[in-house]
Amino acid sequence: MTTKLHPALIAFTALVFVFLIGPLIIVVGAALSDTTYLTFPPQGLSLRWFENIFAISAFRRTILTSLQIAFLSTFIALLIGIPAAYALNRYRIQLPGWLSTLFVLPILVPELVLGFSLLKNVAVQFNAPIYLSLVVGHSLLVLPYVVRVISASLASFDFSIEEAAISLGSPPLKTFFTILLPNVRSGVIAAFILSFITSINDVSISIFLTGPGISTLPIQILAHMEQFFDPTVASVSVLLMALTVAVMAIVERTLGLTFLAK
Amino acid sequence: MKRFAGWSLASPATLAVVIFLVLPVVATIITTFLTPAGPLAPYIGFFGSGFRRTVLWRTIQVSLITTVIALFIGFITAYVVSRSPGWLKSILIIAAVFPLLTGVVVRSFAWMIILGKNGILNGMLVGTGIIGEPMTMLYTQGAVIVAMVYLFVPLMVLTLVGVLESIPDDLIQASASLGAKPMATFTQVILPLAVPGLIVGAVLVFTGSFTAYATPQLLGGESQMVMGTLMYQQAMVTFDWVSASTIAAIMVVITIAIVLLMTRMAKRLNPMAV
Repeated sequence: MTTKLHPALIAFTALVFVFLIGPLIIVVGAALSDTTYLTFPPQGLSLRWFENIFAISAFRRTILTSLQIAFLSTFIALLIGIPAAYALNRYRIQLPGWLSTLFVLPILVPELVLGFSLLKNVAVQFNAPIYLSLVVGHSLLVLPYVVRVISASLASFDFSIEEAAISLGSPPLKTFFTILLPNVRSGVIAAFILSFITSINDVSISIFLTGPGISTLPIQILAHMEQFFDPTVASVSVLLMALTVAVMAIVERTLGLTFLAK
Repeated sequence: MKRFAGWSLASPATLAVVIFLVLPVVATIITTFLTPAGPLAPYIGFFGSGFRRTVLWRTIQVSLITTVIALFIGFITAYVVSRSPGWLKSILIIAAVFPLLTGVVVRSFAWMIILGKNGILNGMLVGTGIIGEPMTMLYTQGAVIVAMVYLFVPLMVLTLVGVLESIPDDLIQASASLGAKPMATFTQVILPLAVPGLIVGAVLVFTGSFTAYATPQLLGGESQMVMGTLMYQQAMVTFDWVSASTIAAIMVVITIAIVLLMTRMAKRLNPMAV
């Protein structure tokens, strides 16, 4: 038997979910409108604003850049984050306690401050290329997710399995790929997806690090909105939502969606 | 040997965070104390300016109101979600995760369509005759708060569902069978047990609102400048990097102070901790 809920609470919750999902449905409607201005409900159905995204070279370019940056920074974060998470769990006693706090810092420090500091003290100081700065900024942005999610899945890993493999003569790297990695597979997938989505959607770091010629999609959307308030932005938004749906479908297939609520 | 293995595995990530986060951010803060005008000049300048004080105060106000509303909405919603049957719970969690994974630009943009002069809300209000002329809703403090609440409610719900789920049904039923009215069960059993979760949620929402950029920029514009948008404007429009660094330092100090204060409070108020 579960606790009975008061009808007023149920009605309130229903309204909250209308509030949460409604605006996104409105964006989809606005994207499909045939008009040159933003309106809802859509007047006449058309996909012309989706075609318009790809007609504007700045959108084509930034979509590509955003995807590249998201893949690269996620890959880098996994590359350095997985060993770090492993060390934090396996050698907990040998390593100082502040180390795990260090990896939470990118969440604790406001993104805007990180973006500005990277621009001022790294990009400008060392004349770093824009693309490189973006990759560095985004890798740092997503690193905490990788360390945290992998750590969580390592917490239930029995390290004696690994020791058994090593004592039976398995070389360390082989042990890593055949014993450890398969056991934290779901953690790696979750970390990858969280990182990828976080990078694709980032504004606060990218706004400082993008520059002439190289920009990311959210920054290009902001720039476009300053000049035009047409349904193009709505259709780009729909593309981004489609990406989110795809990502959620992957999570659902591999881990089950309740995973995200943890 | 083990110590060496641990360090060597953790070192790439450690170095990355130290070199590209700790050092640059510390450098940004240190430069505000090394200006030719004297060590505290940028701060005297900041707090001496009526405009900047207004911006700081507005940011605190917007963040506090957003946090309180998000706590209220999030708590009730999370409670209902946590007590829903399995299939419905999954659907509701999906419905909360989806906006969370959708970017901040898209979610703010949705509210621009709704609140604009020719937007949906004005259209509906004029259409039904409630108001005669379209109202100015965009670029007001209310618009920023509504969009921020929209931004953070999913985060609050997902943070609290886990906490509320861990409160056993038995406990609530025991309270009821011992004669407590639903309201008493709520205030004396559920609420105290949820306090640590509420504090975590409040910290996430407050610090998130306090350092937000895209939402106040799109829905508040110049007239509703907050710390984040002011910092961007100082850094990238007027190129006053000392001023931008000062704002950055104030944001870091306030963020970290709130996180430390609230985590300490969460520990003290946790009824499960003995």
